[in-house]
Amino acid sequence: MTERYSGYDVMSKRNGPSWNDKTRQVVDDRLATPRGPRFFSETEYRTVESLADRIVPQPHRVDPIPVADLVDARLLAGGQDGFRHLGMPPPGEAWRRALAALDAEAQAAHGANFRHLSSPDRDGLLHCMHEGRLDHPAWQGMSSQLVFTQLVAKDIVFAYYAHPTAWSEIGWGGPASPRGYVRTGYDRRDPWEAAEVKDGDAAAAIRKNRRVR
Amino acid sequence: MSDDPMQTPRATKGRAPDVFMPGGWVPMREYREDEKVDFVIVGTGAGGGTLACKLAEAGFSVVAMDAGPYWRPLEDFASDESHQSKLYWTDDRIVDGLNPLQLGSNNSGKSVGGSTVHFAMVSLRFRPEWFKSRSKLGYGFDWPLDWREMWAYYREVEDALAISGPVNYPWGPPRPRYPYRAHQLNAAALALAEGCEAMGIPWTETPIATLSAPRGRARPCVYRGFCVLGCSTNAKQSALVTWIPRAIAAGAEIRDLAMVGRVEVDRSDRATGVHYHRNGNWRFQRARNVVVAGYAIETPRLLLNSASDRFPEGLANSSGLVGKYITVQSNQAVWGTSDKEIRSYKSPPSLALTEHWNYEDEGKDFHGGYCYMSQGPEPQLWANTLLSGRGLWGDALVSEMQNYNHVVGLKMVGEMLPQERNAVTLADETDQYGLPIPCVTYSWCDNDRAMIDHALGFMGQALRATDARDIWEQTDDTCHLNGGARMGDDPRTSVVDADCRSWDIPNLWICDGSVFPTVGGVNPSLTIQAIACRTGDRIAAMARRGEL
Repeated sequence: MTERYSGYDVMSKRNGPSWNDKTRQVVDDRLATPRGPRFFSETEYRTVESLADRIVPQPHRVDPIPVADLVDARLLAGGQDGFRHLGMPPPGEAWRRALAALDAEAQAAHGANFRHLSSPDRDGLLHCMHEGRLDHPAWQGMSSQLVFTQLVAKDIVFAYYAHPTAWSEIGWGGPASPRGYVRTGYDRRDPWEAAEVKDGDAAAAIRKNRRVR
Repeated sequence: MSDDPMQTPRATKGRAPDVFMPGGWVPMREYREDEKVDFVIVGTGAGGGTLACKLAEAGFSVVAMDAGPYWRPLEDFASDESHQSKLYWTDDRIVDGLNPLQLGSNNSGKSVGGSTVHFAMVSLRFRPEWFKSRSKLGYGFDWPLDWREMWAYYREVEDALAISGPVNYPWGPPRPRYPYRAHQLNAAALALAEGCEAMGIPWTETPIATLSAPRGRARPCVYRGFCVLGCSTNAKQSALVTWIPRAIAAGAEIRDLAMVGRVEVDRSDRATGVHYHRNGNWRFQRARNVVVAGYAIETPRLLLNSASDRFPEGLANSSGLVGKYITVQSNQAVWGTSDKEIRSYKSPPSLALTEHWNYEDEGKDFHGGYCYMSQGPEPQLWANTLLSGRGLWGDALVSEMQNYNHVVGLKMVGEMLPQERNAVTLADETDQYGLPIPCVTYSWCDNDRAMIDHALGFMGQALRATDARDIWEQTDDTCHLNGGARMGDDPRTSVVDADCRSWDIPNLWICDGSVFPTVGGVNPSLTIQAIACRTGDRIAAMARRGEL
């Protein structure tokens, strides 16, 4: 399959007028996120990787987005969303419980830990979790549905779409200060925005995307 | 010393950050803690920031405290969703009820300037009848305010923020034209207009608090998007760049990173000042008057946390209504995919809207009204909407995200009805300051659901009238926080009077969205600021008459 925004790399704008110093610092720091577990244990970290692999699959990417590292970094920094449901512990503790509960569910259903299950078996458990049908005592009273949509899957999705590789994938203009945009109507594109492949003409899009600065 | 404004206060040593210049400073008057200032204000958002300006300009000595940092947007704000979550109030809070609220990102700010630093800038007036919704429309509660007086204060705020808006506003009594011309419509707004025209209802350019021309040291909007993540060019007319610089110029002191934990009241039942935490220590500021302006969760929380022997149920709570009748707004949406490139990340997210269903009462099977407006989610928010609202994850999510540049949506801001059971209470757990944290309980009522159904149906038809396909409904979202210390003209059924003065403690005032008896079907910030302007004028008049 041809990529929809062939040749577009949001990072080509990094040194241009669409990025201010603060943005460069923030994104540089993110791209330099250390690899490997710091908040999670080694085993928990492998489970997070096996979750991210199903929530935001990137099987063909040569340089995959390090989703588990980004989730780990946020929890290490004590990131909170500003609310938690009655009976739910803070995010870090809720994550640890959820990973343990997923292993307990995987053991009960398949006799192996979650990270060792096949992709379809992991998907199956995650579907049940999304629908709130997992209720092993290891959840310790947490709703598996809430943990899925408001914690585990949410944090993974946020981590993925915090990365410039994902920004390029969806053709988003990316950071935009101080330059901003000029052409804002229907089917209007500034020369510093991603060009979409139209009518199968990837070469035309690539030409435009190579000029994005 | 650290230059991190989240770690070390910036407004010290007789100066405050110059919000218009990287690394810049402006001189700021400072007051001693043992000096009884005329007013100490808790919170510097739409309520407290505005009132600090009005009171300082009226000649009062004012210290305004905020738990959040004092930003210089030009140097501190990145174009980045994750990073800018630093603008949100993310302290520990518990949610509960049949429809627990999601707090933080879209409804709670922690900055000098409060939530106005990340609000969407939509600046709408109430429909006049809403100030008397019980008497005139048969639901909710009457406000102790007259709409004609509010109309004048709306004008004052629109001028102060140089609101950009249409020449003629299609609904309600005539109003003067907006100070600045409307912004060019982006594709998302054009789609809203198309839908309205197909449905035969009026639409308009949204009156919005971002500049369409230069103003003083602030530059016009560059259509960068990111508005709800903080404006890094200062086009947004937040309290941080409007009311607060005026307040400082008039002699007010702002104290950043100052978390107020308790209002002190003496044996004659008068407030004497506030206990606050700054630079690692608990401190006390004396004051002749205390204004609580912490928004609909922190205001009741502070009043409840200030309970004493003489006020065991919390301050200003003889009615038992402190923390009750918290009311949010329904924020459901319909989304679709256009063949055209929409790229709604460009420009402020809501450049066009319709208030048709705020002013038209025929054909409704519910009380209240709603408006709806165009949308422009950035990628993380959009991905999370697809996850939480549409249930997509895995390949389905990654694949649907490829349509991001073609997404078009309409989102309501709807009037939920005030209910006593929707409340802020104190939990057993404590926060980083050792203060009991709030528990926010929320449940929708039948009327709320009926309005949401109506809006989703109507917005769906409007969106189908454009070229959008693959249309779906986002059914579970709310926005804005109001109520919890409502105003009224009877001490038995309200917490403050029309002047935002508490019935129980004459020198304790509440000035923010928590005084709303009802919420109407528009974003609340303009009304909060209008009430603060009125309160400032009323206090000055009372002082002249010796009634403070």
